[in-house]
Amino acid sequence: MYRYDQIDRDMLADRGAEFRGQVARRLAGELTEEEFKPLRLRNGLYLQLHAYMLRIAVPYGSLNPTQLRKLAWIGRTYDKGYGHFTTRTNLQFHWIRLADAPDIMDHLASVDMHAIQTSGNCIRNVTADPYAGATAEEIDDPRVWAEAIRQWSTVHPEFNWLPRKFKIAVTAAAKDRTAAKTHDIGLNLKRARDGSLGFEVMVGGGLGRTPYIAQTIRQFLPATRLISYLEGILRVYNRQGRRDNIHKARIKMVVAALGRDEFAAQVEAEWEKMGPGADLPDTELARIRGAFAPKTFETLPAVSEAFEAAKLATPAFARFARNNLKPHKVAGYSIVEISLKAIGATPGDATAEQMEAVADLAERFGQNDIRVTHEQNLVLPHVKLDDVPAVWAALADAGLATPNMNLVSDIIACPGLDYCALANARAISVAQHIAQKFADADRAEKVGELKVKISGCINACGHHHVGHIGILGVDKKGEEFYQLTLGGSAAEDAAVGQALGPALPYDKVAEAVDTLVETYLRERRDGERFLDTFRRTGVAPFKEAVYADVH
Amino acid sequence: MPTFISLADDAFSLVEDPFTAVSDDQPTPPGDVIISLARFQTEGEGLLGEGRAVGVRVESDEAVEALAYDLPRIAVVALAFPKFGDGRAYTSARLLRQRFGFKGEVRAVGAVLREQAGPMVRCGFDAFEPADGSTLADWERATQRYRHVYQRSSDGRPPAFEERGG
Repeated sequence: MYRYDQIDRDMLADRGAEFRGQVARRLAGELTEEEFKPLRLRNGLYLQLHAYMLRIAVPYGSLNPTQLRKLAWIGRTYDKGYGHFTTRTNLQFHWIRLADAPDIMDHLASVDMHAIQTSGNCIRNVTADPYAGATAEEIDDPRVWAEAIRQWSTVHPEFNWLPRKFKIAVTAAAKDRTAAKTHDIGLNLKRARDGSLGFEVMVGGGLGRTPYIAQTIRQFLPATRLISYLEGILRVYNRQGRRDNIHKARIKMVVAALGRDEFAAQVEAEWEKMGPGADLPDTELARIRGAFAPKTFETLPAVSEAFEAAKLATPAFARFARNNLKPHKVAGYSIVEISLKAIGATPGDATAEQMEAVADLAERFGQNDIRVTHEQNLVLPHVKLDDVPAVWAALADAGLATPNMNLVSDIIACPGLDYCALANARAISVAQHIAQKFADADRAEKVGELKVKISGCINACGHHHVGHIGILGVDKKGEEFYQLTLGGSAAEDAAVGQALGPALPYDKVAEAVDTLVETYLRERRDGERFLDTFRRTGVAPFKEAVYADVH
Repeated sequence: MPTFISLADDAFSLVEDPFTAVSDDQPTPPGDVIISLARFQTEGEGLLGEGRAVGVRVESDEAVEALAYDLPRIAVVALAFPKFGDGRAYTSARLLRQRFGFKGEVRAVGAVLREQAGPMVRCGFDAFEPADGSTLADWERATQRYRHVYQRSSDGRPPAFEERGG
């Protein structure tokens, strides 16, 4: 966890004071709603169907127990006792009063948190690998670079009024857990033959109504030149991005219109003219690296007897271990995934009590470290195998031990028509119906990795384009219908899904997913995931099965 | 005479505007004028020859590069904000200051709100025509909002990483 210094704290205090003044002017009628809107959005405040929604930044998904407890307290004090973790690894409260918002900002600042630039046409919260610092797969700790980007992008004077929102992801492992290729900029840390660090720079990914997978514009950017290169990209975008049509304003449209090579050439030309002025000195990069609280790991045997015994004694624990544990870089430790997708629950929701339970566990067993994933789950990245049985028992008590990571019921869904003013259709209840179809954990495990992603409208907040099974809610003459796509992926093998066929009515969606799964089980060959089978067979057998059932 | 807010030697003041902003369908009045880029390209030579000070208004979709070789004889570049949320002029201002070394006045015109005062100063603007009725004091306060900045820009303010190093 990056530890703030006085400068970082002063920034939050100054921002809070500015926002308080803006809210006061709004409440006094000195600012019109039209003038106020971009200001409140830059502080994470949306006007939704029922109330204001406040989106709090969780920079690169990293939290400490004190912060998570504060979020729980805010949820209990100012909201209805729960919050919603989003695909941007942020936390949303959906029932906020405008007049309370400045106080909430001060409470957040007291634990080094904020809601800066969680909305609006500016650089948003940066995403990083939730296993950072814990996985043996990584080349370097991506959080160091993500924090450098957080600071650089905070109240940037030139790039705070972009044509559209702008999202950056940093990953340092071959296995991509950040959905880097769906970001405006995806950065993949690499090491050159001479050992030096650099980034593969991918640009122009994005979902929404016109999905694009990011394209590589530079294979290897020396890591120390990162910030100036980002400035080059942002400057080309700020000048060339369309401002006449909100649906064509993302950088993906600039890259598509110019073509990747021309876009890359313009960035390189701009970057060369700019020089290294924006880059961080090595001393600052070293300071940021040092400001991440160091972890101390014990020397432990690779096999934990307590852990092995618990698996033998308790089948439910063994199932949790199979699905929710990931290998840690240090022998005797594990990465523990906490599912926020209990069967029948709202994907990504956590009650104040659940947040506190996770905070306690991170403190007792997890080196004070908690991560939020873009798939709307939580992670304890550093748990001793010896302690996993106790962690599991406490999670189970809190309703957080659902053993379904990456399985069919581990669904991404946007808030949909239940909360969102933009939605055409419900997303949460569709997710719940699908999860209930696969409530049998044996069957879900037999199906294996299957990423279902649901959006309640074409804005694609639920990432449906990149779901192995994607589900998009549409409005047809006042009725909710759902278009299914297959074969998408947000990972290193990123792809946009392919349409299955005509949209289905609300009450047929879960059944159709069931049919798709049965078709996969019938067609699959050894070791194939749903995605692999689909990529081999194409859409035909799936289409046939679903529409045979419907008609 | 209309006034605008001017920033010189780190101090803000309200000054009378010696320039007349002239739209393309108006005849050129006597005295110092601010004209469009297109008009400057056809009439600029003649106006400068008459010994008057000439400013050029650059719209947000126009590139300041078009003025690069004329900058030494231009008194004012007025960068237009057609909307509060159109951020292209920030880039234009930084290019004028940092790439082309423009020493004249860079003026913010159009939808100019006190909310933009901080970033405008940071990007090199030194003259402002607020459209939200903000006073000199409002404007001054707005630019002093943040005690620190994280980035290098055109204003020479030391960014956080330099403060920390020092």
